[in-house]
Amino acid sequence: MKILGLVIVALVGSVLIYATVDFPPFADPESPASLHVSPRYIEKSLDETAVPNVVTAVLADYRSFDTMFETTVIFAAGVACFLLLRIPRRRPPGPRHFRHRLTGLTFRVKDGENGKEIFLPLREFEPVDSVWTPHDFIIEKVCRYMIPFIQLFGLYVIAHGHHSPGGGFQGGVILGAAIILLSVSHNLRTALKRMREKTGALCSALGVFIFAGTGALCLALGYNYLDYRALAALLPGGPIMARSHGMLLVEIGVGVAVMGTMVWIFKNLASLGRYDEGL
Amino acid sequence: MEDILRLIIEKYNYWIYITLMMIGLYAIIAKNNLVKKIVGMNILQTAVILFFVSIGVKRGATVPIIEHAHDGAHHAIRAAEYINPLPHVLMLTAIVVSVATLGVALVIAIKTYQRFLTLEEDEILKQIREP
Amino acid sequence: MSEHYPALLVILPLLASFFISAAGWFRPVLCFPFTVAGLAGSLLVSLGLLGDVMSGGPVSYRFAGWDPPWGIYYRVDHLNALVLAVVSVVGFINLLAARSSVEKEFPEKAGPFYTLYVLFMTGLLGMVVTGDAFNLYVLLEIAAITGYALIALGKGRAPLSSLHYIFMGTIGASFYLLGVGYLYIVTGSLNMEDIARLLPPLYESKVVTAAFVILMVGVWLKMGFFPLHAWLPNAYTHAPSPVSSLVAPLMTKVMVYVMIRMVVTVFTLDFAFTFLGLNDAVVWLAVVAIVMGSLLALSEKDVKRMLTYIVVAEVGYMVGGFWLGNSAGFTGAVLHILNDALMTLCLFLAVGNIVHVKGNSRMESLPGLFRTMPWTMAALVVGALSIIGVPPTCGFFSKWYLLLGALEAGHYGFLAALLFSSLVSVVLFFRIFEVGYFEPLGGSHGSAHGDDEHVVREAPLGMLVPLWITALGLILVGLYTGEIVGRVIRHAVPAMML
Repeated sequence: MKILGLVIVALVGSVLIYATVDFPPFADPESPASLHVSPRYIEKSLDETAVPNVVTAVLADYRSFDTMFETTVIFAAGVACFLLLRIPRRRPPGPRHFRHRLTGLTFRVKDGENGKEIFLPLREFEPVDSVWTPHDFIIEKVCRYMIPFIQLFGLYVIAHGHHSPGGGFQGGVILGAAIILLSVSHNLRTALKRMREKTGALCSALGVFIFAGTGALCLALGYNYLDYRALAALLPGGPIMARSHGMLLVEIGVGVAVMGTMVWIFKNLASLGRYDEGL
Repeated sequence: MEDILRLIIEKYNYWIYITLMMIGLYAIIAKNNLVKKIVGMNILQTAVILFFVSIGVKRGATVPIIEHAHDGAHHAIRAAEYINPLPHVLMLTAIVVSVATLGVALVIAIKTYQRFLTLEEDEILKQIREP
Repeated sequence: MSEHYPALLVILPLLASFFISAAGWFRPVLCFPFTVAGLAGSLLVSLGLLGDVMSGGPVSYRFAGWDPPWGIYYRVDHLNALVLAVVSVVGFINLLAARSSVEKEFPEKAGPFYTLYVLFMTGLLGMVVTGDAFNLYVLLEIAAITGYALIALGKGRAPLSSLHYIFMGTIGASFYLLGVGYLYIVTGSLNMEDIARLLPPLYESKVVTAAFVILMVGVWLKMGFFPLHAWLPNAYTHAPSPVSSLVAPLMTKVMVYVMIRMVVTVFTLDFAFTFLGLNDAVVWLAVVAIVMGSLLALSEKDVKRMLTYIVVAEVGYMVGGFWLGNSAGFTGAVLHILNDALMTLCLFLAVGNIVHVKGNSRMESLPGLFRTMPWTMAALVVGALSIIGVPPTCGFFSKWYLLLGALEAGHYGFLAALLFSSLVSVVLFFRIFEVGYFEPLGGSHGSAHGDDEHVVREAPLGMLVPLWITALGLILVGLYTGEIVGRVIRHAVPAMML
């Protein structure tokens, strides 16, 4: 296998090097890639869409159809992880761990007689993971107070994507990471309480639906698919501002989808589809 | 000699992407551990992303966010002042695709591990041959 | 409404995916009806598109209202209108057949399964209809990711096979993307027709040649063209039967279409055939693919696995037919996309029925099947005759065009490979018929359950009806071949080949 690998690598590498010789020089402003299609995006996008961030304008308007499928790819990955890993049946209760809230002592509770579950009063005891029982007060509290700010920043990144680097994908990942941080610093159960499995999964589908639905709305209003000018009939500001608003709408869809899917994939991967404990 | 040196220096970004891509390709083909192969796959995809982003660079240009967009006076916007936004848009898509592929690949690797209790490919193949 | 067909074709399944996914959480019974609705919608739209194209010529669609090189642009001509119809028909028929196996094998996961099913169809339909090289990559990845997951759902070594498919598929897709990047760096465009317009002065550039090579290797990896086919048999064998009868007929055919589209529309025949002059070499590769595929099929003991090697050989037919570079070869290749999708669907559905009843598809479980599963086996015979190329079925006609093309091009190696593979198919399928018809039922425990011998234990009606629709379709398409070639494919043949 090693020799085969080297041969293939040498073959492919030589083709790539052969081509690179004829590439236009690196960072050349006069290269064909910079002269044919892209100048229009830079020069006209502000007039045509009222969005100063050209990347956002191209992403969510000129090539919005690509972006819709990009969101679909994420959604498909989420569904794929769920389909393959999720174990729908509940496991029979095995030995579980509880921590006494006041003293911080950890108890291991075996099965009761005849497989009956023993209940500890949850006001005094909290369930903890069997693989990771230590209680990290500082980490828990610091993360707990950071998360709202992280989420706020995520929302800012989505909303301000028209004017600064950012947008639905970046903001969605930040929002998703906030929930994942909660899960890492506390445990999966806490994160599940904040965002249940169904919520994450539905967010993921809903985001794609917001995007595709915005397009379909334009179609229903008599324009081409995803032609946001149609939204001028519903929103204030004329056809050019309608493009800007339409972009915000789909960016929100992207953000919702990405957040939902990131959390969904993480939960499936971290708990091997059992959703009881994990990172 | 000077030509070759200039070629190497002028296009250093492209040489780096080729190197990365070959590392990834080699890892996919030659490595025995499935997770190492998945990492190789990710390196391969990242190399393509590096290639595309390199296309977008223009000397002396800045990020493609139009300045002074809303301060009333309408400046003439010249394309040479901003880098090419298109490769960045495309690569945003490619990054998402590579994350999605990575996620699915890891899930399937977990499934494989659950079934064969190992991630070394030769051991798995041995198990399949002599059940 | 009909001007929006190219968009609706892809959007209807995509919107359906949301409803299926939501129904999976609240009312799982509704998943299947939503799936049927989404795919039936896109089936009707694709037939409407085919009608529009036949009567009014190519149709185009500008997404978000932007003009072609800047926005994304879909274009439907005779070639992809036909392939679209094939893809949506095969996907829909297979969906009807899939219901029983889904209920039997993974009832609690019907929601996500159908969601991935429609997303897979979205990806394939989009790949066929798109006129933008990068859009094709994204759709390719949608089809690929859903395909990986569906295949990994199988039993036994399915996850490992799927993982190998992921590695090879990702290399293929990355090569495709790199090829598109090479085209972008020299032309500055991503629109297929725009690239074709800008390319002629650049033929001398090494970048274009490398782009062509890398892109072709990527596409060949994805379609399982012979030396790059290693992932295909395992992935298709170990997938659950409703998945293998979806992926096997469609994925390879759509990739063949992508190859034809890339060569004809993007690089143009001038570049690929005249300037590079690679056609002879590729046809010889196809010859090797056909011969090796047939030989490997001959050595298999499992019917499903044997079929996957037949798929490898059939890919050789289409690639070779196209690269012969004449009108008859092109017609044969395109007609074979249609025929082979139906034939493979028919055979995989039949094998799916056998697996549904018997639990596996090994040769040992075949004896006596003609008596216990007469309908399934009869449809299998129709499919087999079509693969062999017996006249009333459609397989004969595409093979006939391919043979004509080989004669016209004077490529006797390809001619010989076609005849050889037909002979091998005869041997393969008559071995199945012999075992199924003449050998008594069950070896060791046959005596214990002697009474069962004549009891008909057929697959459920929900699986038989789609199978028989496909089998009748094979004969109907065969009878109407003249119409299809005359009214659709003849208009798709590039001017240079005439």
